[in-house]
Order: sequence, then C-alpha cells, then structure tokens
Amino acid sequence: MNDVSPSARRNWMSTLSTSAPGRLAALLPDLPDHALLRSPEIGAVMVRGRAGATGAAFNLGEMTVTRCSVRLQDGVVGHAWVQGRDKDHARRAAVVDGLMQTDRADYIRQTILAPLAAEALAARRSRAEKAAATKVDFFTMVRGEDR
Amino acid sequence: MYVAVKGGERAIDNAHAWLAEERRGDPAVPELSVPQIREQMALAVNRVMAEGSLYDPDLAALAIKQARGDLIEAVFLIRAYRTTLPRLAASAPVDTGAMAVDRRISATFKDLPGGQVLGPTFDYTHRLLDFALMAEGEVRVAVSAPATPDRVPHVTGFLNQDGLIEEAASSDALPPDLTREPMELPADRALRLQALTRGDEGFVLGLAYSTQRGYGRTHAFVGELRIGTVTVEVDIPELGFSVEIGEIELTECETVNQFKGSRTEPPQFTRGYGLVFGQSERKAIAMSLVDRALRWNELGEDFTGAPAQDEEFVLMHCDNVQATGFLEHIKLPHYVDFQSELELVRRLRAEVAAAARQEAAE
Amino acid sequence: MTHATHSADLSGGFTEISHQSARAFREILEAMARPGSIRTVVGALPPAPLSVAAGVVLLTLTDPTTPLHLAGEADCKAVRDWVAFHIGAPLVAAEAAAFAIGTWEALHPVSRFAIGQPDYPDRAATLIVEADRLTNHGPALTGPGIETATWLSLPETAAFHANRALFPLGFDCIFTCGDRLAGVPRSTRVEKI
Repeated sequence: MNDVSPSARRNWMSTLSTSAPGRLAALLPDLPDHALLRSPEIGAVMVRGRAGATGAAFNLGEMTVTRCSVRLQDGVVGHAWVQGRDKDHARRAAVVDGLMQTDRADYIRQTILAPLAAEALAARRSRAEKAAATKVDFFTMVRGEDR
Repeated sequence: MYVAVKGGERAIDNAHAWLAEERRGDPAVPELSVPQIREQMALAVNRVMAEGSLYDPDLAALAIKQARGDLIEAVFLIRAYRTTLPRLAASAPVDTGAMAVDRRISATFKDLPGGQVLGPTFDYTHRLLDFALMAEGEVRVAVSAPATPDRVPHVTGFLNQDGLIEEAASSDALPPDLTREPMELPADRALRLQALTRGDEGFVLGLAYSTQRGYGRTHAFVGELRIGTVTVEVDIPELGFSVEIGEIELTECETVNQFKGSRTEPPQFTRGYGLVFGQSERKAIAMSLVDRALRWNELGEDFTGAPAQDEEFVLMHCDNVQATGFLEHIKLPHYVDFQSELELVRRLRAEVAAAARQEAAE
Repeated sequence: MTHATHSADLSGGFTEISHQSARAFREILEAMARPGSIRTVVGALPPAPLSVAAGVVLLTLTDPTTPLHLAGEADCKAVRDWVAFHIGAPLVAAEAAAFAIGTWEALHPVSRFAIGQPDYPDRAATLIVEADRLTNHGPALTGPGIETATWLSLPETAAFHANRALFPLGFDCIFTCGDRLAGVPRSTRVEKI
C-alpha cells in the first residue's frame, strides 16, 4: 500500500466521476476481488449557484450521482462518487480508487487514468475550438458624417 | 357529504393499454430511442431537467418519451422520480467564472475581453423551415479555430471596477430549500432564485415580458449571457476533502438595469440574475428580469402593483407541476360536490319562480 | 501525505439498503404508533458504544439534512466516523439537534432539546435513548396508540410529565437496548405506579 496525497486522489476521482461508463469498462473489463463496504447507491446532490455569480448561495437543482465503497483483498478501501445512475460504473471507479493506493498505481495510471484524462481533455478542446470559430470579429462601418 | 365510489378498474386498465399503443404510434415507423431524444431533442431535454429540477439527460429523455412529448407531464415524471432519491450531499456553489463557454455574448459591451462568442445559436437564422431536414441529408460540420484556454471573466466585473454597479456580496449562509421546507413569505432572494429556476418557462417568460411592456419596468439590458459546462464539486465526508463529481451544462444571464437611485441606494446600475440547467437561454433571460423586478423592496423602489413585483403572485404560481395538479384535478370525479351545487341552483330557481308568481298574483 | 484508507470503521451499514431500511422504518413506525411496545430490528452493526437498534434508527431516520447530537460516550471517534460515512448527518450541539443519541444521563438535561414551534410542531428533536434494559415493567403509559395501559422500564417520570404538558409541542423518544426498541412519543402520558 502506498501513501497518497489528497490532491492526487482528488484528480483521479474527478477523472473517474465524469468518465463514460462504457469507456471505463472497456479499459478495465475484469475487476480484482473486493468486498462491498457500501453497495452502489443512487442518490441526488443538490447543486448550488450564487446570486449574481458571486453573491449568496442558492439551490439550483439536483443531479443524479451514484456512490460506492469497496475493500480490496489487502484491506485498502476505495471510494467513488460518479455522475449518473450506473451502479457498475460506481463500483468499477471505487475499485480503481483502491488500486491507485496500492503498488499497482503506476500501471493503473498509465492504462486507465491517463487515457480517460486525455480523452476528456480532447473533447473539451474540440468544443472550445468550435466555440472559438464563432467568435465575432467586429469592424466598424464608415458612417456618413465621417466622410 | 362524500360518498365513496368504486369501479372503473377495467376501463382504466384498458385506457392505459390504449395509451401505450398511441404512444408508439404507427408501428411501420421506427421506434424512437431514448438516446435519440437525448441527442436530437436536447433543448426539450434541457427544459425538462430545469423544471424537473434534476440534472440527468437520460432520465429527462425517457420522461419525454413516456409523456409522448408533453413536457409538463415529463417534468411531473422527473419530479416524482427525484423524490425517491436520497439526498447524498449539497455541492459547493458552482463557479460560472470558470465555465468552459460554448456561447458568451454581451448586449452592452462590444469589445469585451474574451470576445463575443455566438455558439450554436438560433439567432441570425432566418426562421424558414428547412425541408432538407425531412430528408436524410448531410449535416454541416462545425468549423474549428484555435482556442485560448483562459478563464472568461464576467462582464459585470468591469463595471464593478468603476463602482458603477451594485456589488453582489459573497456569503456562505446556508440557502433555504423549498423542496425540504415549506415556502415561507416574504422569501429571501435565494429562495426566489430557486423557485424561478425550476419555474415554468412560459410563466416566467410572460412575467418578464410584462416588465418590458411597463408592468414594473426595470430597463434591463443583457450584460452577459453565457452557456457552457461547469464542474460540480462536493465535500466527501469519508475523505475529508472535496472532489469534482460531475460536469453540467448551464445557462447564465446577468442583466444590467438602469437605476436612478432611491432613499437607500445611490444612482448606479443594478443587476438581475438567471441561472438555469442546460442550454435554456430564453428562460435564463426571463429569470433575470423577474429576479430584478422582485428586488424592488431591498433596492428601495416603489411597489407599483405589477404582477412581476408581487412575490406571492410569482412564487405561488410559477411551478407548473403544482399548477397543473390543481388545475387538472377539477376534471376528476366531483359528482357529489356537483350534486349539491345542482340542488342549490334548483332551489334558488324555484324560489325566484315562486316570488314571480306571487308578484303576478298580487 | 495521508495513508491509504482502511476499513475498520466503515463496516456495519445496511447491506441491502432498500429492503432493510423499509423494514426498519416499518418497525420504528409501529413502535411510535404503539408506544411501549417492544420491537426487534436488524441490519446495523455500529461501533461501540452504540447498540444495534440505535444504529438501525440512525441509518433509517437520519441523513445529511438532519442535525445530530452525540451525547456522552456516544461522542467518540469511532461513532463520528461511522456517522460520517454511512449517514453524513452534521454533528451539532444539543439545542440545534433534530436527533440526539446517548444514555438518559448523557442526554440530560432534556429540556435543552427542540420542542418545535406552534406553526411547525414537527421541528422537534427525537431522542434515541440507549438503555441497559428494556422491559414492560415500570411506569404506566397511557394515551394515543395504547388501548388501556402498558408499562415500560423508563428511567424517570418527571421529565415525561413536563414534556407531555407541552403537547402538541415536545420531543419524542425512542428507547434502544441491544436489538430492541420502544417508542415514547410526546403524546404519551407517563405515570408512576
């Protein structure tokens, strides 16, 4: 078992939470033995916003999430909170969180987390580039009185 | 007196079977899948998520299919489903300043840092039916251009630097939640914003339009409208730190409103705010106008009796599930109530007729 | 750097959450509807000093929106961690609690707990009282949900007298012992015999 920093763990948990269930399942089809500490549970998170973007918080509405906690054979505990309602996905993400705390972390990072993060970045960049193409270039027309 | 009646079970069952058949329509036409609705009816899905108050595109698409495209019925289905979910946590307030913007425009500042980004908009389309969509034609491909990954600042921040616009002071007070506590009036702004963001788009639009036509005029300009995705961050109790647990699409509108000052506030620009799930531009603009109109009291303005200024009128009537529930219940059996009404009308008519006969006899 | 998390304090929740919580809710509902009746519940294995029944009540009735007060020995790290993982209820002082858990002595003085408001009598605290024994011997209980009278091994009568006098306000109690529990809602009259 390895030491893990909260910031590193935050990063990989975020990568897992927004990953597509099908993609994660393709990258990690078979799960190592594990026990369920908390069976996958579908619930809601109340999303908050701020009045005027920076003011007092208000309740915007809920989103679906699924959480799960597992214990790997060597006693390491993995947690997952993933967007949506896919129980297998939450379980798989919790196992990955557990494996990232073991000596298999490097292998998991290279084969699972790195590809997921790269795909997410590419998708974000593709949208940003489409948005950039719709940016307006103003040019001021010559008005009558300027002649 | 109420008289319980039973029966109709077979009729109801058969009605549901016919409903299922009608929902499917002509079997010769391929059935619509939920992913098709999610991807190709995205704005309907967004509306159902916003008014259903639950961000889950797959469920919203399913609700639209089940409701045969009746969006208020779909909202009802989503609201019913969300009551079955345990509330696992509340997020940190989303940071719309860090939004990955698909669209970001300002009607008040031409040369804003970050630029005017049109995004996938209906604006500037000619609103002519495109018959090519009836055939399976080729889809135009979006054009790409180099993007800068910078944070896109809010427009109102610039006005703020000159002290010309009211400050939206940050606060970490726990906001009230109308899904957990009965709504109490007067409501604070946080409660009003929650009610408006899940309120009926048509109702909020109508109210906003009424303020533009003079019923509680607030002289609004769109300071900024942005659409894009933000991350949702939650404190995970078992970890002791926060994690980004998802990404949602939001539409945000900030209006800048003329304000000549009042007894309590100096002349400055004031602000209205709209924030809605999904790409819901009309709703976000309308919400920000109604939000601003409802702020008359805290800004020391006069109450002119306009509907959009009337907190009770707005908050008690903007929810379409409440409204349709009460409205549609009058079509359900009221036989007994109506019998007593019928009795009363007959008696009154008999009395009037008797009085007329007596008058004629005298 | 923190060490990888371990599971010592994270077991003992419901394993089949929908069925177990529905069954437990039914038992707790029956206990409150028929004050003094002793019922058995299963499904939770909370850390010491909590009883199985207290764990079941917490898992069933509390969540992140119900402020919880841990009184006396119940306020220990093992319980706090267990509550954080399985329930997520915010831990608060007695005055702000929607639920409180502890022995009768630890919960004293019970007059500090919320009794609700005339407009919202439901905004009152529910006390989960851990008891060494729970039998149908002791002070007499009468009132709604009790056909004639019943008896329950309550620690005292004065506090229940005072609470009954507040009706429709007042706190509600669930007594827990091992895997058994009994309800004493605010509507119940408690008399020394």
